[in-house]
Amino acid sequence: MTEAFIYDHVRSPRGRGKQGSLNPITPMDLTTQVLSALRDRNELDTSILDDVILGCVTPVGEQGANIARVAAINAKYAECVPGKQINRFCASALEAVNSAASQVMSGLSQAAIGGGVECMSRVPMGSDGGAMAIDPQTAYNSYFVPQGIGADLIATLHGFSRNDVDSYAVTSQQRAADAWKNGYFNRSVIPIFDHVGEVVLDHDETVRGDASLESLGNLKPAFAMMGDQAGFDDVAIQKYPEVEAINHVHTAGNSSGIVDGAAAVLIGSAEAGKIMGLEPRARIRSFASIGSEPTIMLTGPAPASLKALKLAGMKTTDIDLYELNEAFASVVLLYMQLLDISHDKINVNGGAIAMGHPLGATGAVVLGTLLDEMERRDLSTGLVTLCIGAGMGTATIIERV
Amino acid sequence: MNNTIQYVVDQDGIALLTIDLPGMPMNVLTPELMEDLSVLTQRAAADEAVKGIVITSGKKAFIAGADIKDMVTAYDRGVSPKEAAEFSYGLNKTLRGMETCGKPVAAAINGLALGGGLEVCLACHYRVLANDTGAVLGFPEVNIGLLPGAGGTQRTPRLVGFRNAATMVLQCRNQRPEQALEMGLVHELAPVAEVVERARRWVLEKGEFEQPWDKKGFKVPGGGMMHPGTVQTFMVGNALLSKNTKHNYPAPIAAQSAIFEGCTTSFDAGLKIESQYFGSLLAGPVARNMMRSLFVNKGKADKLARRPEGIEKSKVRKLGILGAGMMGAGIAYVSAKVGIEVILLDTSQENAERGKAYSEGLLKKAMERGRSTEEKAAALLGLITPTTSYHDLQGCDLIIEAVFESKALKADVTAKTEAVVPETCIFASNTSTLPITGLAEASERPEQFIGLHFFSPVDKMPLVEIILGEKTNDEAIARSLDYIQQIRKTPIVVNDSRGFYTSRVFSTFTAEGITMLAEGVKPALIENAAKMAGMPVGPLAVTDEVTLELAYKIGKETAAALGQEFPADASQRVIQKMVEDLERKGKRFGKGFYDYPEGATKHLWPGLAEQFPVSAEQPGLKELQKRLLTIQALETARCVEEGVVTHPEDGDIGSIFGWGFPPYTGGTLSYIDTVGIREFVAECDRMTETYGKRFMVSPWLRERAGNNQPFYG
Repeated sequence: MTEAFIYDHVRSPRGRGKQGSLNPITPMDLTTQVLSALRDRNELDTSILDDVILGCVTPVGEQGANIARVAAINAKYAECVPGKQINRFCASALEAVNSAASQVMSGLSQAAIGGGVECMSRVPMGSDGGAMAIDPQTAYNSYFVPQGIGADLIATLHGFSRNDVDSYAVTSQQRAADAWKNGYFNRSVIPIFDHVGEVVLDHDETVRGDASLESLGNLKPAFAMMGDQAGFDDVAIQKYPEVEAINHVHTAGNSSGIVDGAAAVLIGSAEAGKIMGLEPRARIRSFASIGSEPTIMLTGPAPASLKALKLAGMKTTDIDLYELNEAFASVVLLYMQLLDISHDKINVNGGAIAMGHPLGATGAVVLGTLLDEMERRDLSTGLVTLCIGAGMGTATIIERV
Repeated sequence: MNNTIQYVVDQDGIALLTIDLPGMPMNVLTPELMEDLSVLTQRAAADEAVKGIVITSGKKAFIAGADIKDMVTAYDRGVSPKEAAEFSYGLNKTLRGMETCGKPVAAAINGLALGGGLEVCLACHYRVLANDTGAVLGFPEVNIGLLPGAGGTQRTPRLVGFRNAATMVLQCRNQRPEQALEMGLVHELAPVAEVVERARRWVLEKGEFEQPWDKKGFKVPGGGMMHPGTVQTFMVGNALLSKNTKHNYPAPIAAQSAIFEGCTTSFDAGLKIESQYFGSLLAGPVARNMMRSLFVNKGKADKLARRPEGIEKSKVRKLGILGAGMMGAGIAYVSAKVGIEVILLDTSQENAERGKAYSEGLLKKAMERGRSTEEKAAALLGLITPTTSYHDLQGCDLIIEAVFESKALKADVTAKTEAVVPETCIFASNTSTLPITGLAEASERPEQFIGLHFFSPVDKMPLVEIILGEKTNDEAIARSLDYIQQIRKTPIVVNDSRGFYTSRVFSTFTAEGITMLAEGVKPALIENAAKMAGMPVGPLAVTDEVTLELAYKIGKETAAALGQEFPADASQRVIQKMVEDLERKGKRFGKGFYDYPEGATKHLWPGLAEQFPVSAEQPGLKELQKRLLTIQALETARCVEEGVVTHPEDGDIGSIFGWGFPPYTGGTLSYIDTVGIREFVAECDRMTETYGKRFMVSPWLRERAGNNQPFYG
């Protein structure tokens, strides 16, 4: 089997919601700037690419109609490069990278881009509809509850208190602030420009290094009302009848932020690297996606990681550094508990609680963050994983060359 | 033609169809009526002299709903979902034919129109509704396990939007005339005498014959499927359905699905979808159970099906209540509410006054909600006389004794009362456990002594259990039934036994739940299993409500009376430990199986885990649910065997309305019939093996199972 390598990755900074700096930038413009930056800094002849695969979770409106192909055209990639938009919810961009790697590993492609985009301030979550929550038969028979209820259910089942999740969030903010201060993201984050060439944003906009247990403690639980009044707590308890009541510990402060962002990763075979004149930065050892119990929804990372480890012939102790998307604090706490991973080895530069979670792009963002940090620390192996809506998990293991 | 509709064409060319079922007090939608409606609308459509059609009713109500006589037997007749869907689609075709007949059709709705009656109206192009408080419109179908299967799930959302449709179809909320007009369900209100004329005038002056959904570019009001409001309505609505039904009731989700799927396609395809969902419901056991118990048999009970013949109809004018506690005070309220003069007697004037104050409290709340007025409240309170004097009981038609559960005390008040009341007076005890025959020994007129077991809170609980002592005569039964009808409650009639029927069976539910706790089942799992099986409250919570202390006392007294030991089993050992050692006596005492922190929600006492250690291996939810329902059904079967329950209808209605046995089952005996008596006995045998001899089946029940003889039919 051909090996797939990561040659480079870039990402946009993450912009805060409607009042954020990236709100005026269209998803097409944002994606175009990211694809252009990846090409330009590597002096890439894009005709070598066999595909541009982009994740997008809400592919409607201005994110609709196959944003991958259209962004490739808009970025003036060679017209022979096709594009496809995929959706594995929160792991879409990692899935895009894995798909690109699959194509390379199968020998059907020599090089491809995997990445993703989500401008959540412009195309709100859920605006693509879908049967999952709305179609009566589907929602009823699958015991659908929103993710936040699942996150609170994890905390309830595993005894994570409000203090536990808030403490985790404070650390995430501090780590992100330190990482920015020390320039750990500089290699990958590109500035985003307006139409006259002014920089509109060059850093993640939601980081709050001064967050404290006290400031976070004042926030109201975000999912208590929908759990109680809209009946979702009861639905969750019907699936987990050993639970007396859901402990609503998650707030806007210990959950991932709603932001805009895009990212892209250049994947290729060793042969393609030679043609492109690029040195590989890491090898993709293995990857896996799994389905998990859909009501609690967010317990997929551990089984996905174990599956990827098994495929790579590795153990958790063989991994030097972990990235697990901080969708909700309880997701990370559970993962560390299940796989016995110290907080020193996971999300060492913070995560989505501090910097936001642009759904369709995050998978590529966290992969890039992991690789940059592995290089900075001169570590060999890393694992990146995400929890996913409807009960799934995706994980990828990389190894520096 | 079946002569259900009078057909007259007037000089203006209006065909007036007056629905008037011969020999019936009310119009109901029957197959004969649908046939006539179809034939006559087609005749009018084909008649060149006819300009349009007006449909009205020759009775006070327009149409009270569909005749469920044939539907209630559908499951037992083995009607398939497809056949049931075809039945519904037949109705849909008739009404669709009417609304596309090419001539204007107006409904002159002179009185209430429910279910199929409302569906006929919605298939008209114009609706004039009588501006009369009784002229309500609504869909009760989901409440009896069905859905509106003649276009109701399709026309309603297309007329009034998804939210209003959900209120009507899923929550079965009737709409008063002004509400119906406001939401757009009808076009016009008019005095009842004018509805036909207004409908005629509309046909002559406007006379449109195209429904909104047949016009080009039609959209569901309030936004289509992708509208954020609609998304929210369905997302939350689906979760609430799940919460409210616990997945035990197929009708609400079927109706919601028919609305959702039907409104994402063409109107004609929507009608087919509705009929398919209707078919799936009618062919299932839940619709049979709910129609039979909640509608047919409850209706019969309310009409006093068990009343002995040949006894003159009676009315209570003056009622004496002994004991002004919670029960006595509640009985005083419901009796005064229907105009009965009430003497509320207690040992101190203060207690008696407090009993009356209970009514004041309820009336205050009712006034706050606009359900009563100062005048009505004053009149009601004026009927209640609190007293300590037995002399005030002179002239009472009926006495209800509601003192503490002590045989000696009851004997004492019986003697004191009988000394002053007329010889014709019926004496009833509201005891919930003590055998009536024993209490009647204290009476000089045991043939007039009877048990009237009310449930708490009396003003809310719909059932009264009538218990016959050995000597209770027919007149006492008849007059007690008349009184229960007078206070608008539903009676069941059972024979005497310790705990009679309802308390006896209900106690098996709480005991089984408490036994699970002793076995090491997680407390939350026990409570959730009960609720998910359809019980209104978990066994631990309800034991807290009635207090562990009471369970303890009754257990001890029963053991003493029967010469048995206490504690006799695992559940009684738990109760003993809770009461004696842990002093956690129930909600009233501030602690029981639950903690009751001030200003916060109650929660299970964490200390339970220490007192009753949780097993590593937990049983499956389904098994717990089955145990909790089986033990109640089995005890009911024993009541039938012993002659305590003589009619399966009483067993079923008593279980649903007395202690909240889940209505989807149809009641405890319908539960056995639905499971199948053979399968039920096999399950009991398995549970006897696994959990103990309380699940043991008697030879009588085993023989019944051998003959495959259900409790009904």
